[in-house]
Amino acid sequence: MTKTVSFKFAAALCCVLALAACSKKSTPDLEANAAAGLGAGQAMPGSEQDFATNVGDRIFFENDQSTLTAEAQETLRRQAQWLQQYTNVSIQVEGHADERGTREYNIALSARRATATREFLIAQGVEASRVSSIAYGKERPAALCDAEQCWSQNRRAVTVITGGAKTS
Amino acid sequence: MTCGKTTRSISIPISCSKVRDSDARMMTLAIPFRTFKPVHAFVIFCLALFASPAAYAIDGVVVPERADPLPIAIAPFLAGGGAEETGGTLSGVITNNLGRSGYFAPLDPATFIEQVSNFEQAPNFASWQQIKAKALVTGQAYMDGGKIKVEFRLWDVNTQQQLAAQQFTTTPKNARRIGHIISDIIYKKLTTFDGYFDTRIVFVSEEGPKDKRVKRLAIMDQDGFNVRALTDGKDLVLTPRFSPSTNEITYMSFGKAEPRVYLMNIDTKQREIVGEFPNMSFSPRFSPDGQRVIMSLQDGGNANIFELDLRSRALRQLTNVAAINTAPSYSPDGSQIAFESDRGGTQQIYVMGADGSGQNRISFGNGRYSTPVWSPDGQWVAFTKQGGGKFAIGVMKSDGSGERILTEGFHNEGPTWAPNSRVLMFFRDGQGANGGPQLWSVDITGYNEQKVPTPGFSSDPAWSPKLN
Repeated sequence: MTKTVSFKFAAALCCVLALAACSKKSTPDLEANAAAGLGAGQAMPGSEQDFATNVGDRIFFENDQSTLTAEAQETLRRQAQWLQQYTNVSIQVEGHADERGTREYNIALSARRATATREFLIAQGVEASRVSSIAYGKERPAALCDAEQCWSQNRRAVTVITGGAKTS
Repeated sequence: MTCGKTTRSISIPISCSKVRDSDARMMTLAIPFRTFKPVHAFVIFCLALFASPAAYAIDGVVVPERADPLPIAIAPFLAGGGAEETGGTLSGVITNNLGRSGYFAPLDPATFIEQVSNFEQAPNFASWQQIKAKALVTGQAYMDGGKIKVEFRLWDVNTQQQLAAQQFTTTPKNARRIGHIISDIIYKKLTTFDGYFDTRIVFVSEEGPKDKRVKRLAIMDQDGFNVRALTDGKDLVLTPRFSPSTNEITYMSFGKAEPRVYLMNIDTKQREIVGEFPNMSFSPRFSPDGQRVIMSLQDGGNANIFELDLRSRALRQLTNVAAINTAPSYSPDGSQIAFESDRGGTQQIYVMGADGSGQNRISFGNGRYSTPVWSPDGQWVAFTKQGGGKFAIGVMKSDGSGERILTEGFHNEGPTWAPNSRVLMFFRDGQGANGGPQLWSVDITGYNEQKVPTPGFSSDPAWSPKLN
């Protein structure tokens, strides 16, 4: 889990806690809070939160690869299913590369990853017109350390909801 | 750099002329530098004697072949009548340029015995020999009817010969440029290589944490002065490149829609999309005549190289391979293109004809090769090489022979050539969540690594052609 996403989860959780008028002091450790407190079903069905939490908004790639791993395919099948349930939702697939490559090549490599992801979703029955894609190369890493544990989180395709999701 | 060329080709008003022949003895010793319009029969005679290239050997050794940098004294420029600040600027610019080139060791002015007080008089050479100066630069600046007049002379301290002399008239705000032009003349005289100081760098200025980096196009003088932002940071911008012939750059920008290649006039900041294509366009570079742009167009999982004629807007496909083909760079004569492709499995450098014919791989060492950039003199292709967890900058001949690594480390990327093909600039990424890239330069010999001063993190440098 990336820091950014953890923080979003934690922030969402805090909102939930606040709405429930929970008197418990919120723990300063956002990471732990998010990890411990996140239960499936807390997010409103059909919302961005629901998608990210219960479906999984991202898949990961091996170094310099755009092949979809078995795990990635499983995530994408769940995404396709969810998208077929909420047919108003439109998405953009963001392709990303880790920082251990040159700028231009990584732009192209991340486009290749976004394309593979988009095509898989379309093959699963998601209308092509609902799925756009963009390639960010190495410009937007999610995890910030100079080690494989971070680079492996940065070699990713993220399905971002651009419209039509339910809001609370 | 010659007088005639200066007045013709630069937009800012600098006029220049050779220093007055007030001293007959000095004139006899003077070695005139190359000029388009030799006015005296005497000058023509000297030109014949010291045939081009004007390799001047101090102590019998030309500067680039010396084991150690040449000790050079840059006397504080004499200044008066409101030109005091300019005088200091000029000495400072020249000292900094020559020192950073690695070929010169400017001496500390505190050690100077003679305080030059009259520009017209020959220096006291014995006092300069005593502090072991081999070359001496003297100069003066003074106001003349709202304009500033700058004169300089370059001397061989041992033989007491005047090696170069020139006079400039301009507005005070051009003082740094005059300093760069004088640096270019001195550098050329003593190294035989063309100077590269009167040039600029366009680059990407970076700000903020790694996952939310704000990137702006920026331009500055090659020594890091006069930094000016060209974009506001709202759109992600990458890989700016200079036009060889106009005040334009081409670059990639993420906007509201698909990332695209743009053109921008660096004076007016006016920009335009280079063309409407169905998918992302990226990795642009100008042709040597500035009339075409080559770039990659994405198509699904592949990227191929296309050439766009900027006048007719005609698009021509140059590669057609199901792979990533990108980072194209023309040879200086425009007849060939170096590029990178992973068609063989990993990134490697290929060369093809400018029409896309004869695509041949030229990199065969261990590792991945990318970002090829042809040197302005056509002798070398610079590249980024990845292997063993390291990123290196190197050069090879366009047939793949003579590979040489110039610098290697955690992450070095994206070389660009100084117009004299002797110095390369690149960016070096820093480690850690708060780390970021900085600009560095290195001599083609692999010596003299220098950090290029920029206000913050900087990447994707591109060196301009010579301004004068």
